[in-house]
Amino acid sequence: MNRKSWFLPGVTIFGFVFLYAPIISLVVFSFNKSKLVTVWGGFSTKWYGELLNDPQILGAAWISLKIAFISATIALIFGTMVALVLTRFGKFRSKNLLNGMITAPLVMPEVITGLSLLLLFVSMEAAFGWPAGRGMLTIIIAHTTFGMAYVAVVVQARLSDMDDSLEEAALDLGAKPVRVFFDITLPVIAPALVSGWLLAVTLSLDDLVIASFVSGPGASTLPMVIFSKVRLGVSPDINALATIMIGIVGLGVAIAAFSLLRKPKTKLK
Amino acid sequence: MAQEPLAADAKPWRSSEETPFIKLRNITKVFGDFTAVDDVSLDIYKSELFCLLGGSGSGKSTLLRMLAGFELPTSGTIEIDGQDMAGVPAYARPTNMMFQSYALFPHMTVEKNVAYGLLRDGVSKTEVKNQVGDMLALVQMSELAKRKPHQLSGGQKQRVALARSLIKRPKVLLLDEPLGALDKKLREETQFELVNIQESLGITFIVVTHDQEEAMTLACRIGVMDQGRIVQIGEPEEVYEYPNSRFVADFIGSVNMFEGRVIEDDDDFVRIQSEDAGCEIYVSHGVSCSPNQTLWFAIRPEKLEITKKKPKGSTNIISGIVEDIAYLGNLSTYRVRLDSGKIMRLTRTNRARSDEDKITWEDKVYITWDDKAGVVLTS
Repeated sequence: MNRKSWFLPGVTIFGFVFLYAPIISLVVFSFNKSKLVTVWGGFSTKWYGELLNDPQILGAAWISLKIAFISATIALIFGTMVALVLTRFGKFRSKNLLNGMITAPLVMPEVITGLSLLLLFVSMEAAFGWPAGRGMLTIIIAHTTFGMAYVAVVVQARLSDMDDSLEEAALDLGAKPVRVFFDITLPVIAPALVSGWLLAVTLSLDDLVIASFVSGPGASTLPMVIFSKVRLGVSPDINALATIMIGIVGLGVAIAAFSLLRKPKTKLK
Repeated sequence: MAQEPLAADAKPWRSSEETPFIKLRNITKVFGDFTAVDDVSLDIYKSELFCLLGGSGSGKSTLLRMLAGFELPTSGTIEIDGQDMAGVPAYARPTNMMFQSYALFPHMTVEKNVAYGLLRDGVSKTEVKNQVGDMLALVQMSELAKRKPHQLSGGQKQRVALARSLIKRPKVLLLDEPLGALDKKLREETQFELVNIQESLGITFIVVTHDQEEAMTLACRIGVMDQGRIVQIGEPEEVYEYPNSRFVADFIGSVNMFEGRVIEDDDDFVRIQSEDAGCEIYVSHGVSCSPNQTLWFAIRPEKLEITKKKPKGSTNIISGIVEDIAYLGNLSTYRVRLDSGKIMRLTRTNRARSDEDKITWEDKVYITWDDKAGVVLTS
């Protein structure tokens, strides 16, 4: 009995260590005083200070945030529209096709997505001159395409969980369809919208491969800058930067999970 | 409140001069290759409580949803209070619906749920407040006005849903299995409350249910549905005592059914020879049938007498062996295996606390009935 009770906590601890030891060591070394990344030289926050004085990194961070916010917001609108079509418009001829297609970006290798988008942008520019060159705009479009897929999946799950008669009840009480959407549907699916949007933001902040393909001069995102810096050797200020990013992403994921977990409360029998 | 209550003996459907309040004419609804509602015509009168009774898939809910405007009939017309409903969207119809799942808006308080319909009509804030207060008082939910739906019990949700659907004083209230989600005791209480509210407001109620007991207690009239058609319309007593087909006799209450053949047909009596029953059945009223025609004799379990002594006479007497007895307290149910092999069900009220000459398992018994107690069915 006693031995059995040790087993589960043991495995759990091993799992957590396996997953989080690298991240924890990175966070710890971001407070390293020494210039050598692997040698502990005492506690210091100087690399965080150095980071703030690095215009290249700050610029990249600002670009990344802008791209993440704009693409996640567009993805939220389009993704929600797709989810509504899939759950509320009954059966239509290409429904299964759309259902499969919308999840394709989730499983498609990023290299392929990036390459195909690059080819598309280049030939579009050749054909009718838009988008002119590659830069922030093309990254936003690229991130919107996969962000949309995540939003659609999350929102669709919530919508099909929702009792159809809620909308019918509002309609029955005299609300016109648009009014029903804003009064009833939107508040009920709000947690899914929040978590879908946050997912899209974090995915956009994380993305290196697709952004590298479709980016142009003057539009380097934070992951791109970090990656190019690391190739010249890991410097401790990258650790500090990575720690900040982990913080932001972790917070986003936590809020997303929390807003989805609130589901049982608002769900009607 | 508004509108005068229905007088207890007012039965507008019995008079041919009354104009119906709701007129359904040849309503058909087809989903793909499935006909959910098949050529239904129906008249419902003002302030009536009409029950659509049927099993699952009988089309009763589809019919209700067409009245509400959630589904459009494939063909046929719906008229409410003289107005044709074709082209009138759900939000503009003079109907309100109480949903089976109650469909309370989860993000709004009880008060806001009830007020929703009035606010959509642009009623002033103070007026809304007064009316919501009155309505919550009517359904005894005033104290819980600030609660959210997930903080309410099933019975409380049901009251809120009722209040919300009544607040706009619809011409017609549609109720989809209104008591389905409540436990038995609460159901019984709520049934009577529902009838009281209906009578005091004088609103026409159309209730959909699969529960025949619920239909019997609530309804002024019952429409029995099967496979998209209305097979019989009548007052509860009529439907129970004078079913017009084997389906209705069997669906409402329990019944013993015997197949037989007419051997003598007269103006005021019929003799039926039944292999099933193993005896001759005498019915003391005329039946429109022809000699030698095959028909069915149906009799309810509570209309049968059971004795151990062989009664006099030779018609309407069946003998058999008691196979099973279920003691239900107020009643006992007997299952008797007839000489023909068929099982017959009958019930007896347990009047005496103990009976010395009690009928028990494996007893040979005789079953008799009055010659007016059964129904002869030809379809």
